[in-house]
Amino acid sequence: MNKIVEKENFSEKVVKIVVEAPLIAKARKPGNFVIVRVGEKGERVPFTIAGADIAKGTITIIVQKMGVSSTKLCNLEVGEYITDLVGPLGKPTEIHNVGTVLCSGGGVGVAPLLPIVEAYKKAGNRVITVIAARSKELLILEDEMRKHSDELIVMTDDGSHGRKGLVTEGMEEVIKREKVDECITIGPAIMMKFCSLLTKKYEIPTMASLNSIMVDGTGMCGACRVTVDGKTKFTCVDGPEFDAHKIDFDEMMSRLGGYKEEENDKMDHFQN
Amino acid sequence: MERSEEYIKNERKQEWRVELQKKTKAKDRMAIERVEMHEMAPEERIKSQRVEVNIGLSKEEAMLEATRCMDCVNPTCMEGCPVSINIPKFIKNIERGDILGAAAVLKETSALPAVCGRVCPQEAQCEARCFYVEKLNLKSVAIGHLERFAADFERESGVISVPELAEPNGVKVAVIGSGPSGLSFAGDMAKSGYDVTVFEALHEIGGVLKYGIPEFRLPNAVVDVEIENLRKMGVKFITNYIVGQTASLDDLKKEGFKAFYVGSGAGLPRFMNIPGENSNGIMSSNEYLTRVNLMGADSEESDTPILRGKNVVVVGGGNTAMDSVRTAKRLGAERAMIVYRRSEEEMPARLEEVHHAKQEGIEFLTLTNPIEYIADDNHRVSQIKVQKMELGEPDASGRRRPIPMEGSEYTIDATVVVVAVGVSPNPLIPNSVEGLEVSKWGTIEVVKDKMQSSIPEVFAGGDIVRGGATVILAMGDGRKAAANMDVYLKEKYLSKKVEL
Repeated sequence: MNKIVEKENFSEKVVKIVVEAPLIAKARKPGNFVIVRVGEKGERVPFTIAGADIAKGTITIIVQKMGVSSTKLCNLEVGEYITDLVGPLGKPTEIHNVGTVLCSGGGVGVAPLLPIVEAYKKAGNRVITVIAARSKELLILEDEMRKHSDELIVMTDDGSHGRKGLVTEGMEEVIKREKVDECITIGPAIMMKFCSLLTKKYEIPTMASLNSIMVDGTGMCGACRVTVDGKTKFTCVDGPEFDAHKIDFDEMMSRLGGYKEEENDKMDHFQN
Repeated sequence: MERSEEYIKNERKQEWRVELQKKTKAKDRMAIERVEMHEMAPEERIKSQRVEVNIGLSKEEAMLEATRCMDCVNPTCMEGCPVSINIPKFIKNIERGDILGAAAVLKETSALPAVCGRVCPQEAQCEARCFYVEKLNLKSVAIGHLERFAADFERESGVISVPELAEPNGVKVAVIGSGPSGLSFAGDMAKSGYDVTVFEALHEIGGVLKYGIPEFRLPNAVVDVEIENLRKMGVKFITNYIVGQTASLDDLKKEGFKAFYVGSGAGLPRFMNIPGENSNGIMSSNEYLTRVNLMGADSEESDTPILRGKNVVVVGGGNTAMDSVRTAKRLGAERAMIVYRRSEEEMPARLEEVHHAKQEGIEFLTLTNPIEYIADDNHRVSQIKVQKMELGEPDASGRRRPIPMEGSEYTIDATVVVVAVGVSPNPLIPNSVEGLEVSKWGTIEVVKDKMQSSIPEVFAGGDIVRGGATVILAMGDGRKAAANMDVYLKEKYLSKKVEL
C-alpha cells in the first residue's frame, strides 16, 4: 500500500501523484481528503482526493510545493512509498440535482474541485465551471474540467491563457447571464472570500471547501477550527465544506498563517 | 484465566511464600521506612522533553521495600487495582529476588505493567487499600514503584516472557483503537486463543500513551516494548485505518470478524467558547501534546512545528494541564503558568504531578478563570483577561462551585495558551454504527460490568464509555470486556460447533 504508481509534473511547482490505496479508493466520496506523512520525521498534512480508480485501487492527489512537507511529497518518485496515508476523511460534498451549478476553482484548488464537478454533472445538473490561475503554467486539469462541464471558462491573472482577469469576473458574467442555483468554490482563502462576497450579493447558496492547518484530521485536536455562523467548527470532521456566506474568512486566513515563522525556519533547515 | 479467591489464598500457602512469611517478623517489616524513588534534579530534567523524571529503584531498594509487604491473608490492595494484579505474589517474588518471576505475575493480568507502574494514580487505587494505610495509618507499600521496577528490570534484562496462551480457536475479533483499553483487551483475548486485530487511526500504536502522556513521564520506548510483547502473543496491528471511514463495521464482518471492542477514547477537545479563543497561539492540550509527543516537534529534525513563547498559560487543573505546562517549560518558556478556576485542593491532577510541576518552577494561578483573549495585530494572542473566583457550595461532583468575583478582572501576558479543560467522546464510531445506543454525552451505552453495547457483538470500554477517565480504568474495562466477550463467543460459536 501507499506505493506511488504514477507521477506527472503539471508545472515546476504542481505535481499529480497517483498512489495505491485500494480501501480509500473504494470508500472515498467527492469532497473527502486524506492525511499523508512522508518520512519518519514527517509532518501530517491534509490533501483533498482529486480522483480515484476502484479497479486499480488508486487515488490521485495534486500537490503544490509550498513548504517542507509538500516538497518532500513532490520529490517522491514512481515506485517509492508514502510513509503514512490515511482516509477518507471529512464529510463528503452533498450532491443533489439543483439545476444549474457554478463551480469555481483557483490554483491547486482546481484539483479537489474536479470530483465535485464530475459528481454534480452525474447528478443531472447543468454545470458551469470557472477555473483560474496566476498564469498559463499554473493552470491544471483544463481538459478534464471541460469534459465534465457544460461550459468551462478559463481565467488567468496575466491573460497568458483563456481570459485575463480574476475568477470572480468569470463568475459574475455567468450569474448576470443566467439563473444559477448553487455555487461551490475551492481555492486560496482570499479567492474563496471574494467568491463568497460575490454570490452573497446575488443571494446564491454557496459552499466553500476549506484548507485549514490540520494535525490528526480526525477531530482530536482542533487545530483546524474555524468560525461558521458564530460557532467554532472543526474543518476535519464538521467540514471541510461549509456555507461560504457564514464563514469568518478573515479569521480563517489569519489562522493559516499561525505557524508562518516556524514553517519558514523548517524550510531553511530543510534546504541547508 | 480463572482466579478465584480460593486460588489466590492457595497461592499464598505455597512453600516459598510461607518461608518468606516466617523469615521476617511483622514488627520488623513495619519498622522499615518506605523507600523513596530517586528523581532527576528539576534544573536538569527541564532541559529536555525526553528525560524521565523518576529514575526508578535499585534491586536492593526494591527488595527492601518488598519486605515491608505483610503478604496479607486478605490482600485488600488487590481490590483497589482495576485489573486485579496479584499484588502480594509479585511483591513477594521481588522480596526473594526473583524479579523476572515478579514480572511474569504482573503479566498474568496486566498487558502494560511498565506503563501502569508509571502513570496509575496508585495513591487512590491499590496503595489506598494497603494494610499500612487502612489499619496502621502509615505510608503504604510502594506498589506502583515496585511494579515499575519489575517491568523495567525484565525489559532491561532482554529476557521478556510471553504469557501462556490458550490453543488458537480461529475466531477473529477486531479492536477499534490502540489506546490502553484496546491493548489490555487485545492481550487478554490473545491469551484466550482468539485471533486479534487492532485497528488504529493514527500512524502509531498506543493512543494517549503516545500522543498524550509526555516522555518525561512515560518514554515511548517503554510503550513500544509492551506493544512488541503483544505482537509476540500474536496480536496484529493495523495503523492508518479509521473504522467507520476507511471501511465500515459491516465490511469487517464480511472479512470474518465475529465481534468488536470499541476503545476509541475521548479524543475530542473542549474549548471554553470565550471571545478571541480562535486567535493564533491558542490551542487544545491535545494539539499541543500531539505535536510534541507524537510528532516530536520539540526536535529540530521534526517537520512538525510548535509554537514557543516566553509566557505560556495552560488553562485547567487535570493531569493533561500538568503535562502541558511542564512541556511548555521544557520548550523554553520563562513563565509557564497554570490558570485554574478552583483552588489547588480541588485539582484533579495527581499530587505527584503537581509536586513535580512546582519543583520545576511552574506558577499556579488558582481561583482564576479566563474570560477573554486579546490578540495583537497579527491575530496572535498577547494577553488573557482573567477573573478571580471564590468557592461556593459543593456541586454535583462534590467539589465546591467556583463563583466569579465581580470587578476582579485583570490581564496576564501570554503568547501561547493551551486549553486543557477536558475532552468529549470521539463521535466517529457512535456516528458510523447504526443501532448503537449512545448517551446524551456521546458515550456508548454498555451493560455495566459486561461492557456489552446495544449490539450484542459490539463491546466497548475506556473513555468512549466513561468520558475522560484514567489509563488504568480503561485497562480494567478492556479486561472485563474480554472476559465477557469470551463467554459470548464461546456460547455462540465454540460450544455449539457452529461453522465459522
